[in-house]
Amino acid sequence: MNTLQPIKTVTGRAVFLPGNDIDTDRIIPARFLKCVTFDGLGEHLFRDERFTEEGTPKQHPLNEPRYLGATILLSGSNFGCGSSREHAPQALYRYGIRAIVTISVAEIFFGNSTTLGLPCVQASAGEIHRLARLVESDPTLKLTLDLEALTISFGDDSISVELPEDARKAFVTGRWDPIADLLEGTAETEVTAANLPYLSG
Amino acid sequence: MSKPKNLFEKVWESHAVRTLPNGQTQLLVGTHLIHEVTSPQAFGMLRDLGLPVKMPERTYATVDHIVPTDTHAEPFEDPLADEMIRELRKNCEAYGITLFDLPGGQQGIVHMVGPEQGITQPGTTVACGDSHTSTHGAFGAVAFGIGTSQVRDVLATQTLAMTKLKVRRIEVDGELCPGVFAKDVILHIIRLLGVKGGLGYAYEYGGEVFDRMSMEERMTVCNMSIEGGARCGYVNPDETTFAYLNGRPYAPSSEAWDEAVERWRAIASDPGCTYDDVVRIQARDIAPTVTWGINPGQAIFINERVPTVEGSAPGEREAVAEALEHMKLTPGTPIRGTRVDVAFLGSCTNARLSDFTEVARYLEGHRVDPRVKAIAVPGSQLVKAACEERGIDQVFRKAGFEWREAGCSMCLAMNPDKLIGDQLCASSSNRNFKGRQGSPTGRTVLMSPVMVAAAAVTGEISDARTVFGVRGVEA
Repeated sequence: MNTLQPIKTVTGRAVFLPGNDIDTDRIIPARFLKCVTFDGLGEHLFRDERFTEEGTPKQHPLNEPRYLGATILLSGSNFGCGSSREHAPQALYRYGIRAIVTISVAEIFFGNSTTLGLPCVQASAGEIHRLARLVESDPTLKLTLDLEALTISFGDDSISVELPEDARKAFVTGRWDPIADLLEGTAETEVTAANLPYLSG
Repeated sequence: MSKPKNLFEKVWESHAVRTLPNGQTQLLVGTHLIHEVTSPQAFGMLRDLGLPVKMPERTYATVDHIVPTDTHAEPFEDPLADEMIRELRKNCEAYGITLFDLPGGQQGIVHMVGPEQGITQPGTTVACGDSHTSTHGAFGAVAFGIGTSQVRDVLATQTLAMTKLKVRRIEVDGELCPGVFAKDVILHIIRLLGVKGGLGYAYEYGGEVFDRMSMEERMTVCNMSIEGGARCGYVNPDETTFAYLNGRPYAPSSEAWDEAVERWRAIASDPGCTYDDVVRIQARDIAPTVTWGINPGQAIFINERVPTVEGSAPGEREAVAEALEHMKLTPGTPIRGTRVDVAFLGSCTNARLSDFTEVARYLEGHRVDPRVKAIAVPGSQLVKAACEERGIDQVFRKAGFEWREAGCSMCLAMNPDKLIGDQLCASSSNRNFKGRQGSPTGRTVLMSPVMVAAAAVTGEISDARTVFGVRGVEA
């Protein structure tokens, strides 16, 4: 039942969102979680950072026309901390983000993103700031994240990035959504459960 | 004699099903908890895939995030909230999942219901689509939050694709000073290790302070592990754990009980086992702690001053400036004396019977400052009933607190309980993120329940030891 396509590269323009510890309440405020589907979450991405309560746009990178259409998000450390809400990576994905490059990323967010086919790779603070400066001076600059080589290339330059090997492998082999693999382990799951008294009793 | 192991390793090994093609572990989830916010899409995905629920008897549900707390009467005023509770009921009914629903008297915040029912047990794996699932680690379970696609994975296969965590033991030795609570201990730990200090780790809390703590206090500590970046946190099971579980509806009984206790004893970390890291903290160094910023690591002792940008480490300055701007606090001034608009006593961190009992001890004879809106929100219907049976609700009502129905309430404001404008809230919850309590400009100061009560009665952030005359402490 595995119908996923391998994700080996992501190419696109980038936008830099400065700051560390950008939590999932900021990415998608809780009031937008009152839904039974993920449809339409993209338009509420960073709602309270991007708009006043009256709906007037604020100064925010995602509101700047020159970054419209960017698919690669650059940010600081511990990105996506806080709540486990998958609504956060869902909102980013539905907005159009296809890769996230940060100094570090919160674990639940990382797992949620991976399962959606949204790679979160890590780079040093220095390299991210260098990319941010380049993108700011030329927002049309195309970056290519290569998940096989673990690099981001741009023009004739490139930097190296990190991604845990299990996630990297999952992307490049088209197994980033684990459901098919998990279903294949059904018989073994039953054996493991039978050996646990609280599940077999 | 096999190599000594820590609890996390033992639980991981006994629940590891197999190695997945990408190298991750397929991990069996013994206990799955669900609620109305992060499960509907998972059931939708399940239906799209045409899959059944693998072990419906190992998933338990309740409704907590969206329930109003002024009244549980239905239909809810908010049609979106009403749709969510109906969706949860429909899914539980369709798949044969036990639901602790509003009319049953056992509804509550999902992290209260699991322990209350005795569903949360030592040596088990617990997953829930909520980051505060780490709470269940208080029982010596490996318990962690998951996303909605993972809720689907557990429903469909009772397993998850996981990467093994490292283990850091955090030892707090000695004795806590009077007026210092479990909440202060965990806020202090997060302050010391940082909000990303726990990335890649499970936290094992050990040492005399945790040994002496009640289960409810341990839950407060484990609850906030995720705020320190650790996906799960646990305390090794001991007599306190067993005494709490004994007689609970889903706990083993009669002969099975003795066997279970024997197993639970053996699951605790072995003497001489190793950890990837060890941190030692002296209990006497911990004072009542409050946050001043916009993440739980931005915390100070009640007698300290709000940090200044210049006085902060160069790498922290932008974050400090951003936090100060949001919080509208004056750098370099004492945090004590800051005006408070709302006092919130509730959440999966601090809304258990012992929290209300402790506060009631001090609150008797005091009145909430007329400028403050104070709400007390029990974490579960059982806690609410127990408080009412003991007359604790009367102490709160007489003091001027609103006594509410059970739910998550103003911790994340998915129900009508929200801050208005830039109100400042003294809160016993777990997150002080921008906008967390329902108003984008609202301000949250995290603290222990007794400190929330002190803020409520004085109308400002105060040292509860002074306000309530805690013995053994010089003001």
